[in-house]
Amino acid sequence: MIENRPWLTFLCHALLIASIVVVAFPLYIAFVASTHTAERMFEIPIPLLPGGELLHNYVTVLTQGVAGASTAPVGRMLFNSLVMALTIAFGKITISILSAFAIVYFRFPLKNFFFWMIFITLMLPVEVRILPTYKVVADLGLLDTYAGLTVPLIASATATFLFRQFFLTIPDELMEAARIDGAGALRFFWDVALPLSKTNIAALFVILFIYGWNQYLWPLLVTTQEDMYTTVIGIKRMIPGGDASVDWNLVMATAMLALAPPALVVLLMQRWFVKGLVDTEK
Amino acid sequence: MEKRTQFPVGWLPYALVAPQLAITIVFFIWPAGQALWQSLLVQDAFGINTEFVWFENFTVLFADEIYLESFKVTALFSVLVASFALTIALVLAACCDHVLRGAKAYQTLLIWPYAVAPAIAAVLWTFMFNPTIGILAYGLKNIGYDWNHLLNGGQAMTLVVISSLFKQVPYNFLFFLAGLQSIPKSLIEAAAIDGAGPVKRFLTIAFPLLSPTSFFLLVVNLVYAFFDTFGVIDAATEGGPSRSTTTLVYKVFHDGFKGLDLGGSAAQSVILMAIVIGLTVVQFRYIERKVQY
Repeated sequence: MIENRPWLTFLCHALLIASIVVVAFPLYIAFVASTHTAERMFEIPIPLLPGGELLHNYVTVLTQGVAGASTAPVGRMLFNSLVMALTIAFGKITISILSAFAIVYFRFPLKNFFFWMIFITLMLPVEVRILPTYKVVADLGLLDTYAGLTVPLIASATATFLFRQFFLTIPDELMEAARIDGAGALRFFWDVALPLSKTNIAALFVILFIYGWNQYLWPLLVTTQEDMYTTVIGIKRMIPGGDASVDWNLVMATAMLALAPPALVVLLMQRWFVKGLVDTEK
Repeated sequence: MEKRTQFPVGWLPYALVAPQLAITIVFFIWPAGQALWQSLLVQDAFGINTEFVWFENFTVLFADEIYLESFKVTALFSVLVASFALTIALVLAACCDHVLRGAKAYQTLLIWPYAVAPAIAAVLWTFMFNPTIGILAYGLKNIGYDWNHLLNGGQAMTLVVISSLFKQVPYNFLFFLAGLQSIPKSLIEAAAIDGAGPVKRFLTIAFPLLSPTSFFLLVVNLVYAFFDTFGVIDAATEGGPSRSTTTLVYKVFHDGFKGLDLGGSAAQSVILMAIVIGLTVVQFRYIERKVQY
């Protein structure tokens, strides 16, 4: 700070605290709702202080799901989400680092053509090719499978660019030294390039885990069986039209469980998260 | 840019790019090609006869009031999301950059909503605005304002915009904060010595220096509002009431999966593709060059 302006500083603190309250409020309300009985939810106004049903509600949704709504137990859906998030994160990182390595360290025919083909995927998000992609997955018999949930999403232009940029900054001398010592391409990749990429991989992993966990449209299309739902789409099925039959306490417990894992990843790995976010958008 | 020396070429580089290429071709390029091809076809209701009709699907689409309406809805929605997300984030970042104490804690407490799936954010806000039991709807009723986003299109739009901001404000905030922190302190100090106050310093130094960041974020926010908010709309309003929150992406999904109109849905996909390609080209061509000072 350059000069002391107590009022301005005060105003800034006030604004920041106010906005923290605004973003925390829905979370708090959801938490409070998840600790009450279903009946209490229909006495207006709804409670603003936690009740005593916390354990009961969470155990119910985790093991039985929400009665009336055609969904699997939330424990099962959390498992599906976890499989999806981890597979997408590992898959994207693996295939991107391999193709970036090939593009940087080899000069082979069609290299630029391949590079452009990968680049084009940037311009084709799932949303613009919903039906035909669905048809491909259906024809391959991948509906309601983990492969169908994850494989179509693991091609990644941004991750490939990120690793390409990074490999270009690795000094050429390292590679020359490795070659003089008789190391081949794979050996160099495994013993030099991969260890050096560790921080990039960690940062990317955080971003991709959140990306995978929070997918909505794709799981909505490829899953029809309840036990293949992910948490994020399962919760939508718990709120049918007409709210008389909704067990809001259980729905909110599910919402808390659905947002906790990615939120914890952001909070606990904040440094990697910020790095990953800034890097992937360059 | 290339490496000075390279490894000898054999089968290896092809094997390394193969997985990425296979997925790209099977799940990206082939379906996109299918969408292009189907957008020129008309299929009868039973899927038996298919006829090649050139651009008829497109002319039908652009003569369709409902489709044109979803264009307007999308435009309004993305302008609202982008402008609020950018403004709020910029103000918060400027505040966070100004305060010395607690800046790190503020940052942590402001960015966690990025991790919340747009659909979950929509569920949380829909619960708060629920006309019968929502705490905010209750509060509004007490001060004499009737809230029912199930009936009122404007209120439904407000709800989906708020839900969409939940994830995008933290994102913009981080980029603006990084931008502000990279401005050399000597510039700010020089301006202060010349007698410029904090507001003037922000408007004449920080704001222009942030213009590349802002432009980049504008494009990212528009893409977000166009494509990533499907979950928000599906979870909060399902496009209603009376299509007041039906965006282009929601309509493609709805027509393709509920209406089963293959050609029309494919034509809509092609138009969306053109929009993404346009935005990507703008992002890559102009981002570094035009917004300099």
